[in-house]
Amino acid sequence: MNYDNILSDRVQGIKFSGIRKFFDIAATMDNIISLSVGEPDFKTPFAIRRTAIHTLEKGKTTYTSNAGLDTLREAINDYLTERIHCSYDPKHEILVTVGGSEAIDAAIRALVNFGDEVLVPEPSFVCYAPMVQLTGGVAVPIETKVEDKFKLTAKQLLEKITPKTKALILPFPNNPTGAVMRREDLEEIAAVLRDKDIIVISDEIYSELTYGGVPHVSIAEIDGMKERTIVINGFSKAFAMTGWRLGFAAGPEPILTQMLKIHQYAIMCSPTVSQFAAVTALRECRADVDNMVSEYDMRRKLIVKGFNEMGLECFEPEGAFYVFPCIKSTGMTSQQFCEELIYKKHVAVVPGDAFGESGEGYIRVSYAYSINHINTALKRIKEFLDEIRN
Amino acid sequence: MKKLVKLLRENARLSNDELAVMLGITEKEVAEKIAQLEKDGTIIGYSAIINEEEFDKNCVTAFIELKVSPQVQCGYDDIAAMIAQHPEVDSVYLMSGAFDLSVTVRGTNLREVALFVSDRLAPIDGVLSTTTHFILRRYKEKGVHFENSYADERSLVSP
Repeated sequence: MNYDNILSDRVQGIKFSGIRKFFDIAATMDNIISLSVGEPDFKTPFAIRRTAIHTLEKGKTTYTSNAGLDTLREAINDYLTERIHCSYDPKHEILVTVGGSEAIDAAIRALVNFGDEVLVPEPSFVCYAPMVQLTGGVAVPIETKVEDKFKLTAKQLLEKITPKTKALILPFPNNPTGAVMRREDLEEIAAVLRDKDIIVISDEIYSELTYGGVPHVSIAEIDGMKERTIVINGFSKAFAMTGWRLGFAAGPEPILTQMLKIHQYAIMCSPTVSQFAAVTALRECRADVDNMVSEYDMRRKLIVKGFNEMGLECFEPEGAFYVFPCIKSTGMTSQQFCEELIYKKHVAVVPGDAFGESGEGYIRVSYAYSINHINTALKRIKEFLDEIRN
Repeated sequence: MKKLVKLLRENARLSNDELAVMLGITEKEVAEKIAQLEKDGTIIGYSAIINEEEFDKNCVTAFIELKVSPQVQCGYDDIAAMIAQHPEVDSVYLMSGAFDLSVTVRGTNLREVALFVSDRLAPIDGVLSTTTHFILRRYKEKGVHFENSYADERSLVSP
């Protein structure tokens, strides 16, 4: 059997994530100190777990409606109304998905025709371009730059818009850079898009994790943008619920109706136990989220200082739980740096180019770890730098 | 102050420099705040969290419940102070509930702790009864998990 002939050209045309290669190296070694994880170190708050246990005890294990539990969609609407000042019709404009990832996939599939272009600011999370390619669309990267604090600028956006542009992915707060788009930055983007038929897929999965006392702003709350924005969010990062696989999309009914169709055939409904638990997350766990954010913030400051003191220039991230130090001063590529670091000092960080070519020269370092763990890892990275510089 | 105390409670060896960065204040302010906490008796000392079994396999720790008849003038304080004087004693608390004083005693072996109870604690005037409980295994100590109770189960690398 010649599988190459059997398999779809589109799926063969996409690559495995660069992160996976690194995972394979790390998996062969002992005593790895990892700063590579893209998920919280906190356990899911107990109240959420208790709801899940009760749900199971009561035997509530059937399907829910395709779009998700009514109570959950109402809770999501209340949450969005409070946090981003946008209200949605829970019945027609909100879809509960299997993590934010499924929502992104469904949004792209609902929008993209063959040959359509989707703008993807990079560096960014690894899923956007492959998902676009699978639909027959073309992912057009936009390189964000450290001098712009890794924000997307209106100028960059304008340069890449063509008659074929169908959608813009807006992945902020950003993984891997930690960049955040503030209200004034979003106003500029909105000014470009307001008179165009381009949909914004706003991936706000890290929206709760912003620092410096300024809360997250969604592009949906900027004048004229709600009707052209699909807000994507989920429970993984804010509520430390990665393994529960639960996210959601909110946006204009005509789009959400099509997304529901895809979801209905591909998924049926999101996990029922997770959905019940998520209601508790939204209704009762504000204090837990605040505590986690306060912890992340302290670690963030510590790790930024650590890298700057080692001479690896580190942009101060304002969101998510990553720092993105520049390693160009070592003369190594991101891949070389990360491989040497893991072999010599058993510290695992992720090469920046795994998040798009513009990530070359950087490494992604997660601070979803205890302070002691971070300090130990920083010490080893410093030793590594001292050795390669001498 | 609350955040500072929380950080020190978890790890008293963080430098003032590190604390300052995490709290967003200057190193000098950290030093002043710590001095204040020490002065007003909020911080009464610093110690390492020891995995006793790793340090000394034979070492034993016991919780001893004491029933005590309080004295007219000073209630429980005199007896508690008397017990606290012994270097073998780690902690002494006045408790609500079925007994009065809880005493933590550490010794190099079982016999030493048992003898300490029978020779030093039981004979004290006003001590009515003692019940000794030995620690068999530790799972968490001062907020720190032992490996038998906690593992980072996340995969090493994830997007």
